[in-house]
Amino acid sequence: MQSYDFKPKSKVGEFIGEKVISISAMSALVVILLIFVFIFKESIPIFTDPEIQEEASVGKMVFKQEYYEGREAKWSWQPNSDVPKYSLLPLFLGTLKAALVAMLFAVPLGVGAAIYTSEFASRRMREIIKPVIELLAGIPSVVLGFFALIVLATSVQNLLGLTFRLNALTAGIALGLAVVPIIFTVSEDALSTVPLSLRDAASALGANPWQVSLSMALPAALPGIAAGIVLGFGRAIGETMIVLMASGNAAVISGSITDSIRTFSATIAAELAEVVFGSAHYNVLFFIGSLLFVFTFLVNLGGDVILSRLKTRLQGRLE
Amino acid sequence: MKMVDRTEARQYDYFIQPPGFIARHAGDFSKGLTALAVLIIAGMLFIILSNIFYNGVGTISVDFLTRPPENGMEGGGIFPAIFGTVALVILMVIAVVPIGVLTAIYLQEYTSPNSKVTRLIRIAIANLAGVPSIVFGLFGLGFFIGFIGSSMDSIFFDSARPVWGQPAIIWAALTLALLTLPVVIISTEEALRTIPVELKEASYSLGATKLQTIVRVILPQALPGILTGGILAVSRGAGEVAPIMFTGAAYYLPYLPSKLNDQFMELGYHIYVMATQSPDVEATKPILYGTVLVLLILTFMLNITAILIRSKMRRARSYG
Repeated sequence: MQSYDFKPKSKVGEFIGEKVISISAMSALVVILLIFVFIFKESIPIFTDPEIQEEASVGKMVFKQEYYEGREAKWSWQPNSDVPKYSLLPLFLGTLKAALVAMLFAVPLGVGAAIYTSEFASRRMREIIKPVIELLAGIPSVVLGFFALIVLATSVQNLLGLTFRLNALTAGIALGLAVVPIIFTVSEDALSTVPLSLRDAASALGANPWQVSLSMALPAALPGIAAGIVLGFGRAIGETMIVLMASGNAAVISGSITDSIRTFSATIAAELAEVVFGSAHYNVLFFIGSLLFVFTFLVNLGGDVILSRLKTRLQGRLE
Repeated sequence: MKMVDRTEARQYDYFIQPPGFIARHAGDFSKGLTALAVLIIAGMLFIILSNIFYNGVGTISVDFLTRPPENGMEGGGIFPAIFGTVALVILMVIAVVPIGVLTAIYLQEYTSPNSKVTRLIRIAIANLAGVPSIVFGLFGLGFFIGFIGSSMDSIFFDSARPVWGQPAIIWAALTLALLTLPVVIISTEEALRTIPVELKEASYSLGATKLQTIVRVILPQALPGILTGGILAVSRGAGEVAPIMFTGAAYYLPYLPSKLNDQFMELGYHIYVMATQSPDVEATKPILYGTVLVLLILTFMLNITAILIRSKMRRARSYG
């Protein structure tokens, strides 16, 4: 039996306890700020150090460069060649291509499954679908990358008769599998926050069940679905292991999705281990990291704002 | 009906009896189409899992689980990688659970949900959850190794070789702890939110202070939620490769990590290296599949346990 004491409580203990708790609570805030500071700190030389700028200035990363005299100017990412080339355009294109393929694949599947689960599925069906998607979300990205590299790449190549085994299409499909759970979860959540009173009102006006779903609930939840897509896109841009393993990692400029690509994230992963500390290459990789950080930060902030607005609106508290 | 204004009638008709074949069958059509999306997702999941199971199950044996790699990864087992993964996530949990739980307690018990600080912390948590894992890797390298580790070296040691300012299991674990912090906070908060106010009021009415109430009443009640958070964090942490690539994971080590500043082998990293850098992928394939299966079983078992605890907790609450 536990004994309870009714001594006057220690004010000091109370005070220390509260301070420890409130200081720990700042951890998430501090970590975000530290990430910001330390990633940016290492990319500052690109803007300030003339020696680094000689190799990699913002202009050199963005615009066409004439690397060898007399030859045509071009965009090129070859940080380890005699004349290091740090153009970000091929990486940007690669990142975008992989993410777009992933979205083309994941948006219809994720949103479709969300609509089915929230609007058409029976309660029992729902309790099967949700854990299945959670299972998919639980697959480590290195396993998806492995599957894309060993199995999917061969099937896609044979099916379409492609020249390059590893390409934007294969990486994009695997990336899509990683994004589906995010789009599904956020969209399904948005659809199920549409209040029952609104649904009842639509029914009372004579709408049959699918009309309630498609003409009323879906438009009402649309901002939430959009937020899910935005968050999924953020994940697709930042995901590393899948593209590192399945995209071919060739920094080429082409419009075709069946060519190999090299993305921002995969470039960091593949090159950081061998880079000289404090070199131009090192700074450029941290600069790419900063770009990824800023982009995903904005995407997440945007997604959050949309979702919280939607929730206030659907719960009847109009601004 | 004929007396009603034309446009009104058309609208009315539309809701009662959709005109045209497509409109009449739009319900079935959309149901079928969205059900197809579910089937495709489930089908792909099934293909992935069955492919890995089918190709990997033959490799798994006691030897495979308890012996180190041999012949340049073409033979032997994966024991060092399993050991490294377990050591890594234990260190990670020790770091992440206390901070995550305290943060959740602060958000639920000490501040009003609409205060500026709370909102700022919530924004930080949501964003932390969205930061790409490779950025955590960069941060771990720049902050833990480049800043903390190097500073420790210059203060406590004056040898030329780095002691702490190098990739090590402690830095990898701390990097993963930051990555999994939102998981623990969100799960604990969910548990705290479901604790009935009456329990707290009863505790206060008996003369307990806020801290006593938290330690003796709230925390024991929230234990399943904290447990779920910890398990989900482990499952997430065990599968992440990008954050540990530069902060401590090694391709091959002849010894097991025994100190906090040792490097280590890890399952996910082992898979990555074998799949992309092996000179003969066909020869390593059985071991590769076996390793993937071990990692999958590990993460799935953790996830399923977390799901079960959570649903049990929810059911207990809704009947209580």
